[in-house]
Amino acid sequence: MFDWIQHLADWLVYEVFNVEKGQHLAEALNFFFYDTTKILILLFVVIFFMGIVNSYFPIDRVKNFLSRNKLYGLEYLLASLFGVVTPFCSCSSVPLFIGFVRGGIPLGVTFAFLITSPLVNEVAIGLFIGLFGLKTTIIYVISGILLGTISGMILQKLKLERFLTPWVKEVLANAQREQDIFKAEKQTLKQRLPIIWAEVLFILKGIIPYVIIGIAIGGIMHGYIPEGFFEKYMDKDNLFAVPIATILAVPMYSNASGILPIVQVLVAKGIPIGTAIAFMMGVVGLSLPEAMLLKKVMTLKLIAIFFGVVTCCIIISGYLFNLIL
Amino acid sequence: MTKVIKVLGTGCAKCKSMTSVVQEVVSENKVDATIEKIEDIMEIMKFNVMTTPALVINNVVTIKGRVPSKEEVLALLHT
Repeated sequence: MFDWIQHLADWLVYEVFNVEKGQHLAEALNFFFYDTTKILILLFVVIFFMGIVNSYFPIDRVKNFLSRNKLYGLEYLLASLFGVVTPFCSCSSVPLFIGFVRGGIPLGVTFAFLITSPLVNEVAIGLFIGLFGLKTTIIYVISGILLGTISGMILQKLKLERFLTPWVKEVLANAQREQDIFKAEKQTLKQRLPIIWAEVLFILKGIIPYVIIGIAIGGIMHGYIPEGFFEKYMDKDNLFAVPIATILAVPMYSNASGILPIVQVLVAKGIPIGTAIAFMMGVVGLSLPEAMLLKKVMTLKLIAIFFGVVTCCIIISGYLFNLIL
Repeated sequence: MTKVIKVLGTGCAKCKSMTSVVQEVVSENKVDATIEKIEDIMEIMKFNVMTTPALVINNVVTIKGRVPSKEEVLALLHT
C-alpha cells in the first residue's frame, strides 16, 4: 500500500539529492522522507475518521448514557470504549471529571474513561499504524482499552471518594442520575464536515512540528546506530527494563508525537516491543501536567493512588507483551 | 444592547485561540460587547460544560470543546 511512497523517497534521495545508496546519510534521509510522508497521511486519515465518529458521540451523550443506564458491570468497559472515540484535551479533564461526578457516575467508571481517552487517541493510533504496523496497533488499542477497564475496576474497589477535595465531595453528595436531557443535534454529515475539518487541521498543526523533529532524530539514529545495538543493554531477560522505561515515561508528555518515531527506531535496533509499549503508554497515558490540573478535584494522595495503579497496570502489560510478542 | 461574552477555559492552547478569535471578531466588526475570560474552575462548572474552551453569550453556552471560526462567532453574535 505504501510502495509508492518508498519509490518517491528512493527517487528523491538517490536521484534528486544524488546521495549514494548505502551511505549513512542516504539511509537517514530515505527513512526521513518515507516515514514523514507515510505518517502524515495516516495521521490525517485517522484524525479525520475519528473526528466523524466523535461528532456522533459528544461527551454529553456519553455522560448521560453512563449516568442513566444500569449496565451490570459493563460500565467500566463501555466507559473505556467511549474514551477511545471521545478525545479530550488534558485541560478539559477537570470539567469532565466534575461533569461525570455530578451525573452520579461511579468514580471507578470515570477513571476508566479518563485513563483510556488519552491512552488510545487518534494521534497515537495514526502514529502507531505508521510506525509499527496494523497488528501492533490493534494489540496496543485492545490492551489500552483493557488497561482502562481493569484500572477503573481496581480504583472503584479502593473506595476513593474520601480523598476527593471538599468541594467535589459536595458535588458528589448532590449528584443526580437524571438531569439535563441532552438535545441531540440533528445535523447531516455535510453540515458537520466543516467543523470536523477545522478540528483536523487544528490538531495536525499542533503536532506536525513534533512529528517531523521526532522522525528527523529517528532518521539520524536509524542511519547511524548499528542493528541490535540496544540488545546488550535492554534484552527481554532484564527484569528492570520495563519498570524503568515506564517510570521514565511519565514525566514526558507534550512531545508524545515526537517521541513515538524515536521509540520505533529503538525497537528496530533491539529494544523489546513490550518494554517500548510500556514506555509509550507511560508517555501518552500519564502526564504530570494532567496531575497538576487534577489537584483541583483530588487530593495528592488520590492522584498518587490513581497514577500508581495505572503505572502498575502498564508495567504488567509491558511484561505480558514481552512474553507473547 | 451590550452583549456579555464569556470565554470559559482553564488556560490551554485551545482556550487562548478561542479568546483571540472572539476578540478579533468583536473589534473588526465593532460589536457592542464585553469579553470576559473565566479561568476559575468553580465558575466554569456553573455553566455545566464538560469540555473547554466554551463560548458563553448572554449566559447561554453556544460552543463547547472546540475553537470556532470567525464567521461562526460573528453569526452567533448577530442572532
